[in-house]
Amino acid sequence: MGARASHAAAVPGAERIRRETGFSQACLLRLHHRFQALDRNNKGYLSRVDLQQIGALAVNPLGDRIIDSFFPDGNHQLDFPGFVRVLAHFRPVDEEDPGVRDPKQPEPLNSRMNKLRFAFQLYDLDRDGKISRNEMLQVLRLMVGVQVTEEQLESIADRTVQEADEDGDGAVSFLEFTKSLEKMNIEQKMSIRILK
Amino acid sequence: MLRAALLLFVLPLAGVRAAEEPTPEPGAPGESPSGLALFRWQWHEVEAPYLVALWILVASLAKIVFHLSRKVTSLVPESCLLILLGLVLGGIVLAVAKKAEYQLEPGTFFLFLLPPIVLDSGYFMPSRLFFDNLGAILTYAVVGTLWNAFTTGAALWGLRQAGLVASRVQAGLLDFLLFGSLISAVDPVAVLAVFEEVHVNETLFIIVFGESLLNDAVTVVLYKVCNSFVEMGSTNVRTTDYLKGVASLFVVSLGGAAVGLVFAFLLALTTRFTKRVRIIEPLLVFLLAYAAYLTAEMASLSAILAVTMCGLGCKKYVEANISHKSRTAVKYTMKTLASCAETVIFMLLGISAVDSSKWAWDSGLVLGTLIFILFFRALGVVLQTWVLNQFRLVPLDKIDQVVMSYGGLRGAVAFALVILLDRTKVPAKDYFVATTIVVVFFTVIVQGLTIKPLVKWLKVKRSEHHKPTLNQELHEHTFDHILAAVEDVVGHHGYHYWRDRWEQFDKKYLSQLLMRRSAYRIRDQIWDVYYRLNIRDAISFVDQGGHVLSSTGLTLPSMPSRNSVAETSVTNLLRESGSGACLDLQVIDTVRSGRDREDAAMHHLLSGGLYKPRRRYKASCSRHFISEDAQERQDKEVFQQNMKRRLESFKSTKHNICFTKNKPRPHKAGRKKKDGVANAEAINGKPARDLGFQDTAAVILTVESEEEEESNSSETEKEDDEGIIFVARATSEVLQKGKVSGSLELCPSPRVIPPSPTCAEKELPWKSGHGDLAVYVSSETTKIVPVDMQMGWNQSISSLESLASPPCTQDPTLTHLPPRQLNVDEPQALLDLSSDPRPSFAFPPSLAKAGRSRSESSADIPQQQELQPLMGHKDHTHLSPGTANSHWCIHFNRGGRL
Repeated sequence: MGARASHAAAVPGAERIRRETGFSQACLLRLHHRFQALDRNNKGYLSRVDLQQIGALAVNPLGDRIIDSFFPDGNHQLDFPGFVRVLAHFRPVDEEDPGVRDPKQPEPLNSRMNKLRFAFQLYDLDRDGKISRNEMLQVLRLMVGVQVTEEQLESIADRTVQEADEDGDGAVSFLEFTKSLEKMNIEQKMSIRILK
Repeated sequence: MLRAALLLFVLPLAGVRAAEEPTPEPGAPGESPSGLALFRWQWHEVEAPYLVALWILVASLAKIVFHLSRKVTSLVPESCLLILLGLVLGGIVLAVAKKAEYQLEPGTFFLFLLPPIVLDSGYFMPSRLFFDNLGAILTYAVVGTLWNAFTTGAALWGLRQAGLVASRVQAGLLDFLLFGSLISAVDPVAVLAVFEEVHVNETLFIIVFGESLLNDAVTVVLYKVCNSFVEMGSTNVRTTDYLKGVASLFVVSLGGAAVGLVFAFLLALTTRFTKRVRIIEPLLVFLLAYAAYLTAEMASLSAILAVTMCGLGCKKYVEANISHKSRTAVKYTMKTLASCAETVIFMLLGISAVDSSKWAWDSGLVLGTLIFILFFRALGVVLQTWVLNQFRLVPLDKIDQVVMSYGGLRGAVAFALVILLDRTKVPAKDYFVATTIVVVFFTVIVQGLTIKPLVKWLKVKRSEHHKPTLNQELHEHTFDHILAAVEDVVGHHGYHYWRDRWEQFDKKYLSQLLMRRSAYRIRDQIWDVYYRLNIRDAISFVDQGGHVLSSTGLTLPSMPSRNSVAETSVTNLLRESGSGACLDLQVIDTVRSGRDREDAAMHHLLSGGLYKPRRRYKASCSRHFISEDAQERQDKEVFQQNMKRRLESFKSTKHNICFTKNKPRPHKAGRKKKDGVANAEAINGKPARDLGFQDTAAVILTVESEEEEESNSSETEKEDDEGIIFVARATSEVLQKGKVSGSLELCPSPRVIPPSPTCAEKELPWKSGHGDLAVYVSSETTKIVPVDMQMGWNQSISSLESLASPPCTQDPTLTHLPPRQLNVDEPQALLDLSSDPRPSFAFPPSLAKAGRSRSESSADIPQQQELQPLMGHKDHTHLSPGTANSHWCIHFNRGGRL
C-alpha cells in the first residue's frame, strides 16, 4: 500500500484531480499509467493522433467525435487532468450520498446531467445548444451505416427530431434531449464500473 | 363450463374401461360373415392421440374458465389453479377408475412438454438484458445450484443422522445428495408462470428466469453423476469418477450450448433460402429447434441449454429473414404451444399427486426439506449477491435478494426427475417422491400465491413498460458506442468492449452470411424502431377511427401532443392551399371555391373510409401460398393509406420540411416509384402535380424489403451497377406546394375511388391520387395488392359502367408492351416493383382521364399477377425496358426541374 501511495504521488496534482473528479487513488493511478502508455513520445500530453492510434476506436462510428470531445475549445493538447476530467463523466454514480453534496460546490462530473451533456455535445457539432435536424442526420448516418437509404435516414431524422422537439423549433435542445431520455437509467447506462 | 370439461374428461375414461372389458366386437371372427357393420367402435385405434387431444382441450377449457373471473386470476396464479384442478381431476379419476390412470410421465414431460416452453422462453428472451446480466445469471445458475444441492443434501443427511428423519427412509449421504440435486434446481416453468404475473423489474426477472434456464445443465449433471454414483454404490466410487463428474459439468453445459448454437446457425442459414416457400418458414423454426433439443438429449447434454441457446442465437437472423406473416405465425404458435404445455404440466402435476401408491410420507423429511431449501436458497442468494455486488455496476439491493430467494420455485422438472429414479437402487424413492410433490406444491401454491403481495409490500421496483421512442433507441446506441470508446481509451477490455467487438463481427460476417441481402440491408435497430413506431402510430390511429383529417388525427400518439398541430385541420389545409396547390393550368381553370373542394374531399374521405365488403372473393385453394382475406387487405389498405397521409400532412404542416435532397440510392424499388411518377409527368405535361407524391417517397421507401427479395439477385446487382442518379430535385417552393397538394389528394387508390364520383370530381384533376397510391407498397402486400387492386378496380369499373358513363381508361397493353399509354398507369405500376422493373401493368388511377373505354383484357391480369409475384419470373423479361425507362425519366426530370 505504501508503494502504491508513493506511486500515486508521482501523478502530478493528484489530490486536486481526485477532489474534482472523485476518482479513487487506484483508479487515478491506473488512468495515469494508461495516459503514459498512450503518450507515445513522453511529451506529457496527448495529441489527437495518440488517441486515433487506438485500434478499436477507429472502427467506432462515433470514434472521431469522442476523440474530439477530449479536445474541447479547439485544443490540440490533452494533459492528464483534462484526460481524467473527460473520463470522470463515466464514473459510476455513488448511491450513498445523493443529497449530502454541498449545493455550493459544482455538480460532480458524473452526475446525470453531465453524463447527458457529454452525449449531447457529441450530437451538437456546431455547439449552438441544439441538435438540428441536420446534425441528427449526420449522427444517424454514422450509426445506421450503409444499409438504409438516404431518404430513410432523413425520415428517421425527421421523426427523431419531431419526437423530441417540444417547442416546435425543429431542433432538439438540451432540455428536450434530457426529457426524451428521462425514463432511461442514464446513471447506469453511462457508467463504467472500473472507473470507480 | 367446468362441468362440461369434466364430462369430456370422464368420457374417454368410460371408453377405456369399456374397451378393457372383453365385449364382443362387431366384426369379431365368429360372426364376421354377418354383414357389413354399420357402426364400429374403435377406441383403441385412436386412444392415444384422442387422450392427448382431450387433455389439452380440458386444460384449455380450464384456462378459459379461470379467466372468466378476473378477480380470481389477479389473486391466484394460474399455475396454482391448474394444480388444484389437476388434484380434483385426479381425484375423480381415482374414484371412477379405482386406480390412478394418468400422471406426468417423465418421458412425455422431457420430450414433448418441456421443449416448447424452453424454446418460447429462449426465443423471446430479451437478449440484451440477458447478456448484460450474464455474469450474475451464470453465478446463480452454477454456483447457486451447486450450493443448494450440496447443502440441502448434506443437511438432510445430517437430519437423518440426528434421527429426525424416520429410519425407514433408507438413504445414505449419496442418496440425499441425489435428492438434493434434483430438488435444488429452480424450475423454469414454475418461475415463468409465477413471475409473468408479478411484473417485477426486468433485471430481477431476467436473473431469476435466466438462472432457472441455465441451471438445467448443472441439475442434469448433478443428477446424473449422483445417480450413477448411487447405482455404482458409494464404495466403488473412485477419485477419477469425481473428476469425471466435474468434467462432465463442462461437457454437458458447453456441449449443450454448442449444439444449440450449431442449430441456431443452421436455422438461420436455412431461412435465408426460403423466400419462395414462405409457408414452411414457421415450421423450420420449430423443427430445427426441436432437433437441437433432441440432439442434445441424445448426446446426454443439457437439452434445455441447447434450445435456449438455439432460440437466443437464431432469433435475430430468423426474424430478419422470414416474412412478416411467418413471424406472426412463429410467435403465436410458440406461445400457444408453450402455454398448452405449461397448462398440461401443471394439471398433470396435480393429478400425479393423487396417486398415493407412489409415495410414502415422512414428516421429518418433508419438513426438513422445505425448511432447508428455503433457508439455503436465501443464504446462497445473499452470499452470492454480496460477491456479485463487488463487481456489479448496479448492485442488487436487499429487496431484490428477498424476491430472488423467495422466487426460487421448484416445479415439474424436479418431479419428473424424482419419478425417474430407480426404486431398486434408491430405496427411499417413495419418500423422495412425496417430499418432491410437497415441495413443488408448496413453492408453486404458497410461494406463488404470496409472492405478489410480497412484491407489492416490499415495493419492489416494477417493470416500467414504456414505449420505445426513436430518441431512446438512437441515444442508447450512442451510449453503447461511447462506452465502448471510453473503454478503449481507458484500455480496459470490459463488457462494452467485447460487445462492441461482437457487434462488429456480427455485422461483418455473421449477418452477411445468415441474412438475406435485402434483409441485411434493411435490418438496423434504429430503423426497426422507426418502422415499428410508424406502424404503431398508424394502427392506433386507425383504431381511433381513422379520422384522417381531424386535427387530433395529426398528432402522433407516440409523441407528446403539442398545440401547434391544432392549426392543421383540414379546412385550414384546404384554404391555405387554395391557390398554390396546383400548378397545372387546366387545374387552375377548374379550381372551385374552397367549399367545393372540401365537399369533394369529404366525399372521398367517406368513400375511402367506408370500406365495403368485396363482392367477389378469390377462392384461395393453394396450399402453398396464403392469400390474404379481404378483411385483412382492407385493414392493410386503411392502415397504409392513413399512415402515409398522416405522415405527409404531419410533415408538411408541422415543419414545412421539403425533401430538397431527394436522392434515391441506386436501388430499383425506390426508383421505380419515381420513374412512374416521372412518366406521368412526362406524358401529361403536368410535372408539378405529382410532386406531392415525390415528397412522400421517403415515407414509402420504408417498406421495400420484401419487394427486393422477390427480385432475383442478378437483377439487383445489375440495378446497383447502373448508377443512375435520379434526382428529383425541385425547388423547395414547388415541393412545398406539391406537398400540400399531396395532402389534398384524398382519394388514395382505385379501390377506394368512389364508384360514383361527384360532379365536381370529374373536373378536379387533383384528385387523381397519384401520391396516395404508392402507399400500397408495403413489405407484405406487394405480392398481393396488385391483384387486389385489379379486382377492386374492376369492381369500381363495373359499377361505373352501370352508370353508363365510362369514366376511365384501362390500358390494354398490360404487362408486356413497352409502348404504352403512359399517362394512366404509373402509380399502380409502382406496386409491382418487385417483379416488374418497369411500370408495366396498368389500370387507370385517375378518373380525370375519363372518356376512354375500358379494355376487356384486364380480366386476365389478376391471374397473371397472382402467380407472378410469388414466382418472380418476369424479372428478366422486363429488365431492359425498365432500365431504359428509368434513364429516360431522369432526363425528363432534370428538364422539368430547369
